[in-house]
Amino acid sequence: MTLEHCLILSAVLFCIGLFGVLTRRNAIVVLFSIEIMLNAANLNFIAFWRYSENPTLLHGPLFALFAIAVAAAEVAVGLALVIAVYRHFKTVDLEKLDTLKEE
Amino acid sequence: MTTKLLALIPLLPLVAAAVTSGFQCGRRAAAVAIAALLGSCIIALAAFPLAWAQGPQEHLTFDIPWLTVGETTINFGFVLDPLTGVMLAMVTFIGLLIFIYSISYMKNDSRMARFFCYLSLFAAGMLGLILANSLLLLFMCWEIVGLASYLLISFWFHKPAAAAAGKKAFIVTRIGDLGLFIGLLLAFKTTGTLSFYDEGQGGLLEAPMGATVLGFNAAAVISLLLFFGAVGKSGQLPLHVWLPDAMEGPTPVSALIHAATMVAAGVFLVARTHPLFELGNTLPVVAWTGAFTALVAALIALGQYDLKRILAYSTISQLGLMMVGLGVGGVAVGMFHLLMHAFFKALLFLGAGSIIHGCHEEQDIRKMGGVWNSMRITSVAYLCGTAALVAFPFTSGFFSKDEILAGAWANEWSKPIFWIAAAVSLLTAVYMTRQCLYVFAGTHRGEQEPHESHKVMTVPLVLLAVFSLGLGVLVHEQVLNNLPRVAATHKTIVVVVSVAVALGGIMLGWLVYRGRKLGADSDPLAIAPLREKLWFDELYAATIGRAWVVLTIIWEQLNELMLFLRDLVVAMARWVSNLFAETGDRKLIDSLAFDGMCDTLRGVGRLAARTQHGFLPGYLRVIAFGAVALGLLVYLMK
Repeated sequence: MTLEHCLILSAVLFCIGLFGVLTRRNAIVVLFSIEIMLNAANLNFIAFWRYSENPTLLHGPLFALFAIAVAAAEVAVGLALVIAVYRHFKTVDLEKLDTLKEE
Repeated sequence: MTTKLLALIPLLPLVAAAVTSGFQCGRRAAAVAIAALLGSCIIALAAFPLAWAQGPQEHLTFDIPWLTVGETTINFGFVLDPLTGVMLAMVTFIGLLIFIYSISYMKNDSRMARFFCYLSLFAAGMLGLILANSLLLLFMCWEIVGLASYLLISFWFHKPAAAAAGKKAFIVTRIGDLGLFIGLLLAFKTTGTLSFYDEGQGGLLEAPMGATVLGFNAAAVISLLLFFGAVGKSGQLPLHVWLPDAMEGPTPVSALIHAATMVAAGVFLVARTHPLFELGNTLPVVAWTGAFTALVAALIALGQYDLKRILAYSTISQLGLMMVGLGVGGVAVGMFHLLMHAFFKALLFLGAGSIIHGCHEEQDIRKMGGVWNSMRITSVAYLCGTAALVAFPFTSGFFSKDEILAGAWANEWSKPIFWIAAAVSLLTAVYMTRQCLYVFAGTHRGEQEPHESHKVMTVPLVLLAVFSLGLGVLVHEQVLNNLPRVAATHKTIVVVVSVAVALGGIMLGWLVYRGRKLGADSDPLAIAPLREKLWFDELYAATIGRAWVVLTIIWEQLNELMLFLRDLVVAMARWVSNLFAETGDRKLIDSLAFDGMCDTLRGVGRLAARTQHGFLPGYLRVIAFGAVALGLLVYLMK
């Protein structure tokens, strides 16, 4: 298994996440997809660290751990937002949430 | 004598005309009109000595500037000289008598007040005309008397003949007035002034006129144009046709306007502008026109049966003789005959009015006769007037006609005119004898017996009769010496011919009509051409009238053409405007430019707005697409 395989895997994951973000209507599914994209990025950190010249320095895992922590916080905020949105609009369907458009 | 006082002479009757125009009561209107004319008469007589004191070449002028155009000032004003003096005295005096006579003549007319209003208007115009020192003022007054004449001829407008006669008089004299007006304009153009006399400062009649008009001597052209105006007003050939028809008016009008004064205005105009005629050497034209008119009118008078029409032709004839007098003998001779004629012709007309009144409005002399028996005063007065008209020795007409004949004999070129004038005198005597025999002799041929007229009518007749007989003897020396004239010696032949034609004419008339059954259609002198007035009216109807009709038709067609062209232009304009409105405005500017730009803007706006859909994943898609594109770009650029 080489670095390329890992990068391709992470790219595929990222694309799946991105696809989910761009196409899904449900806000919670979109949050899932965002998590997938974050994890794709984390996978990249790990891969580059594993195949770097000096793996003893723990830059990669450090970054990944940091990202996971931030992601956890982000999911908390995101879910809270989803609940608030649901309470306000009685829906989590993103297609219906178009109030940014001036009517 | 001041300008204001002189101005009162025409203004008093004018004010009277204005005042009486609102009156209903005829007697009150008559009182106002007569009072006004009496005032004029008194002022005129007061001015007379001053006017008379002027020599033949002296003229007192009273000018007021009327309007100023640039450097040119046009004056209105009055002139006092013997010519003005005698005319003023004559017009106001005869006018006064005729006004008084009219009270009785018109007393049964419901529009008597209006009649005196018109008469006053006429008097105002006539007096202004006489006094005028400006050709323009003269022309204006000339038109006023023309208007008054029209109103008075057609006074009984319910009679179609009277209405037509008024129209005819107005139109025919207007033809002459056109000449006068052109002459006036030419005179102003040539000399720059319209005043007759300007105290030697270059008035119209003082300045030598050296200029030329279209290559002719200006004085000749102007004098001929003025004479054309006089021809219209004074009933000279060929514009005499209106005067006999004017007898449709009330008889005092015929006497005042169409015998004594207004028709003399033409003669007066020639007398006033006599220096121009001398300068332009056009006096022979005046004399020959007068001679022919006199002859033709005297001939026609022989064949007429209407009492007033005979007198009308006689007036034309006498006016012709006045023109002859002006032409051959100068102002004095023509004016002397004018004055004498005014008296005896006014007398004859008033007498005729009295006879017509007495014969129950009958004007046909065939149905009269025997008037002598029942209307003695009128008859005597009428015979006095007749004697003056036929120039019976030592009546006033004798002196004036004698002067004309003497003047004609004095020049070599006017010898033929002398014989024409003599023939006219002969004819005058014949037709007057004929008329008097018809009217006075024998027994009455009408249905009702004639009766004598009221005193108000006969007193003026008697007064005028006295003047007709005696005035000539009294004044002929003064008039002739005080007015400019060519001195003519009285040859024996002239006096002999003069007396011979007068007496011979009376004899001739007596011989022709003696013992004849009058009233039947067997009059030897009333042959068809004379009865039909030498077909002048028919001639004019066939030539000028026909030409007029043809012209009218041509104009009608031209008018149609113009209408067609107008329609064409309108259609073209409409087409062009449609082109602009439809294609240019609506299509190009509205649709294409304005609406089109709006649509484009709106479309662009809609396009721009479509990206702002508020759909969050949509925005994200764009960002993703952009990122991919950027990535590709970086990748490919490497």
